[in-house]
Amino acid sequence: MAELAEAPASPGDAVLAQIAGLRRIAIVPALNEEQTVGRVIEEIRAFDPGFDIVVVDDGSTDRTAGLAADLGAHVLRLPFNLGIGGAVQTGYRFAFERGYDIAVQVDGDGQHDPSQLPAILAPVVGGEADLCVGSRFASGSGYQSSFARRLGIRLFALVVSAVVRQKVTDTTSGFRAVNSKGIALFAADYPHDYPEVEATIMCVKHKLRLLEVPVVMRERGGGASSITALRSVYYMTKVLLAIFVGLFRRYAVPLEKEQRR
Amino acid sequence: MTPLPVSIAAAVASFLLLVVVFELIRSRRLRERYALLWLLTGAVLLALSVWRDGLNTIASWFGVETYPPAILGAVGALFILTVLLHYSTVVSRLSDQNVILAQRVALLEQQVREEPETRD
Repeated sequence: MAELAEAPASPGDAVLAQIAGLRRIAIVPALNEEQTVGRVIEEIRAFDPGFDIVVVDDGSTDRTAGLAADLGAHVLRLPFNLGIGGAVQTGYRFAFERGYDIAVQVDGDGQHDPSQLPAILAPVVGGEADLCVGSRFASGSGYQSSFARRLGIRLFALVVSAVVRQKVTDTTSGFRAVNSKGIALFAADYPHDYPEVEATIMCVKHKLRLLEVPVVMRERGGGASSITALRSVYYMTKVLLAIFVGLFRRYAVPLEKEQRR
Repeated sequence: MTPLPVSIAAAVASFLLLVVVFELIRSRRLRERYALLWLLTGAVLLALSVWRDGLNTIASWFGVETYPPAILGAVGALFILTVLLHYSTVVSRLSDQNVILAQRVALLEQQVREEPETRD
């Protein structure tokens, strides 16, 4: 953050100038992240105070919602846990109904570094992509994870790349930026478990332009990963089934109908 | 031995089950999460109908010498029982969530009616 102020010619400043006139929102899904959600909000503001922030509290039992509200973020408190997909979609619905131009997704657990927002924002505001995903693997950065999880990530990368006919390295990254087209699509429909995998395919099916850029992610600041080893096998089967069946759908969602409403 | 017509009928039936489940997912009337057990049911029944020697072997393990297709019925019943039990847990979760939703709506309605000045 301090670096941005000292180096006026940084790419961050160029992006800041481009988004200055746009209505922009950061969607922060959070489940029991009282230790990190405050820092995430402050870091997004440090990057750009013009970002509205909506924290989607997915049924937390700690002070996540209260802390976020005290910091002036919009807080959507879900009455019970919907899972990451349902939570994130709530944020996109909010963004869609309030007519935002640009939305970024930043996890409440602190693993996404808001100072890297320029990287994922630049292609979207530059008109090169409708959806830009920050990838941990595109740059070969030192991301640590369990063997099973890495294997799953690799498998999804192969399958998704084949389906969308474009190289995708990180299909489970929730660090992403979308324009109003992407907001409308995600507000109309968003998948449930491991949603990023299916969402990527959905975007391409709807002729939205997808781009991956390398980012460095941090270790999660607090809380535990929501996915255990046994569950990930179940989720992988489910998501692979969803991808397979999706191949036989013309569109992932009847979006046109949704928009006319 | 399993009579051939029984094997053919069972194979066709389990294949139809798979096709129907697939079409229900494709047309978004059945979510993947609730389809997995049905697909597993269809796949196992299809395998047992087509693989006739396997069915005979499994039948002999359980001392069923006269009519091996009885195993098909037993396996089918077991899977249906599993699916029903799974749905019971799903219904229980849904009714719990319904209570929470109703309570939340009641609280919100009270807030809207009695404290309109607190809304922004």
